[in-house]
Amino acid sequence: MTLVLFLEQTLNGLQLGIMLFLMAAGLTLVFGIMHLINLAHGSLYMVGAYVTASATMASGNFAIGVAAGVLAAGAAGILVELLALRRLYGRDHLDQVLATFGVILTFNELTKIVWGPHALFMAIPDTLSGTIEVLPGVPYPAYRLFIIGVGLMVCVGLRHLIVNTRLGMLIRAGATHREMVGALGVNIDRLFTWVFGIGAMLAGLAGAMAGPMLAIEVGMGESILILTFVVIIIGGIGSVRGALVGALLVGIVDTYGRAFLPLIMRSVLDPAAADSVGASISSVTIYLLMAMVLIWRPRGLFQAYGG
Amino acid sequence: MISPFTRRGLVHGVTLLVLLVLPFAAEAAGDPFITIIASRILIYAIAAVSLDLILGFGGMVSFGHGAFFGIGGYAVGILTHHAMEGTAIPFLPGEIPGTTAALIQFPLAVLAAGAMGLLIGALSLRTRGVYFIMITLAFAQMLYFFMISLPTYNGEDGLNIWERSALPVGDLYDDTTFYYLSLGLLLAFLALAARIVNSRFGMVIRGCRQNEPRMRTLGYPVYRYKLAAFTISAMGAGLAGALIANHNEFVGPGMMHWTRSGELMVMVILGGMGTLLGPVAGAATLLLIEEILSQFTEHWMIILGPFLVIVVLFARHGVYGWLVGKDGRDG
Repeated sequence: MTLVLFLEQTLNGLQLGIMLFLMAAGLTLVFGIMHLINLAHGSLYMVGAYVTASATMASGNFAIGVAAGVLAAGAAGILVELLALRRLYGRDHLDQVLATFGVILTFNELTKIVWGPHALFMAIPDTLSGTIEVLPGVPYPAYRLFIIGVGLMVCVGLRHLIVNTRLGMLIRAGATHREMVGALGVNIDRLFTWVFGIGAMLAGLAGAMAGPMLAIEVGMGESILILTFVVIIIGGIGSVRGALVGALLVGIVDTYGRAFLPLIMRSVLDPAAADSVGASISSVTIYLLMAMVLIWRPRGLFQAYGG
Repeated sequence: MISPFTRRGLVHGVTLLVLLVLPFAAEAAGDPFITIIASRILIYAIAAVSLDLILGFGGMVSFGHGAFFGIGGYAVGILTHHAMEGTAIPFLPGEIPGTTAALIQFPLAVLAAGAMGLLIGALSLRTRGVYFIMITLAFAQMLYFFMISLPTYNGEDGLNIWERSALPVGDLYDDTTFYYLSLGLLLAFLALAARIVNSRFGMVIRGCRQNEPRMRTLGYPVYRYKLAAFTISAMGAGLAGALIANHNEFVGPGMMHWTRSGELMVMVILGGMGTLLGPVAGAATLLLIEEILSQFTEHWMIILGPFLVIVVLFARHGVYGWLVGKDGRDG
């Protein structure tokens, strides 16, 4: 019984970790190459979720919805990059934080105007709504397995993109020797826009897949954004590998904390106090993890480039 | 001392004069609501000045200042809550009885914020640059989630403050008294900040902003200096939090939300960072923009958001620099 619970929670943690990786990969690529800290990354996730919900409802097909959500997030990202963010690449981080803060406020308010202030809910598509026995006698929601599968495919694809393609080569070169890449005649501006677009589409994909599991509401982007920051701090800014390790670590620790800490507390304290203390502590476990990593390695586990 | 005959002296003098007579003018104009808004501006100004101490003078881009603001607020809220219930707060060696006395509440609010500032600063200052921005944000968000999931103090719903802090003289329910208390505390905090900034300690902090490796090479224990500044800054925010809790007669996790930290940063930048009075001008500008825009449309953020982007992209010196000429920085 406990083993089953443990397995279930591990898969839940993996699933959360995968979602966080999709977010963190884009954020860390953008930071690694353009040295831009983009708070509005969460807004792209929100755009992905909203557009997916609307498109799925209009077309009746989840796959079309996801495609629309990913494309919309990519388009929104590229638009913001062209209009505002590209002017910020050379600026200091404070300016970037403030400007992208302004972008968030704009996106949130636009979303409220277009979709109204109430949360949207989205059903899990029929083909994925059942459960699958991961082990004999251990059913697990098919949709969460689907997320894990898609996420792993994206990991493999992203690795292929970065290691084996010309774009990936430019991304790696741009991250370490930005000026040199420009001097060799590569159109850096276009490269930046591409990278930003890829990051935006990954965020949109995360939002699209999160849609059926969460209330789709204004502000959903910020809560995942801050988790993503924790992932990146733990993993090391600019490192895609660090983002993967950090995301899985945060996903698993957060899920275990929420599942098991109240149980552990119950064996020490009386039930009412245990639930209250357990809930408060489990909501901060990942921040404690972050603090511990920082004490041990102030630049993250896989520090890639200068912070 | 600044001569009253320079542009800067003129701006300062006129502002001070306006601030001193404002409640009477509001009364005379038959709109006492102005006094209430002005108090709010003064309170946020304290928080913004405290942030500017580390942001503008120290070059530490803290994105978690809302946390200390919230801690100050919760200190007042929790003490009042226990005073109303007639219970005591368990505290490590013994317990603290609830109280509504301002002379106990305010110092405790400042101390609590300072203690948390020391803790968060000690960890965060191990990092720099973009890590520092993210980690201060993450710690503030941690406290936010902690308060949300803590049922003892109503979690997400927050605490109503049934009785404003009791002053030794005067009554905080009187809007004019509240206004002058806020003004007095702001002026006192500004005076303190001016002394800090111009002291040897302040010089070291400003030196760190310009060239930290050099300060370290000169033999200054940079980490300790920065930590001290971070803690002082947190204490200032705690004071502002204690005031705003009284002003709203409510504290909730919303005070610690990251958008609050963002707003405080916007005030500092909008007004002109690295100046003492810039954040005051910034607080007034942002809150007045909010106040005015929200009368026209509930979707005022749609104007504020792009406005913010444009200010960052094109206006570098802030309102204060525009008022006094040049970029407003001293020296």
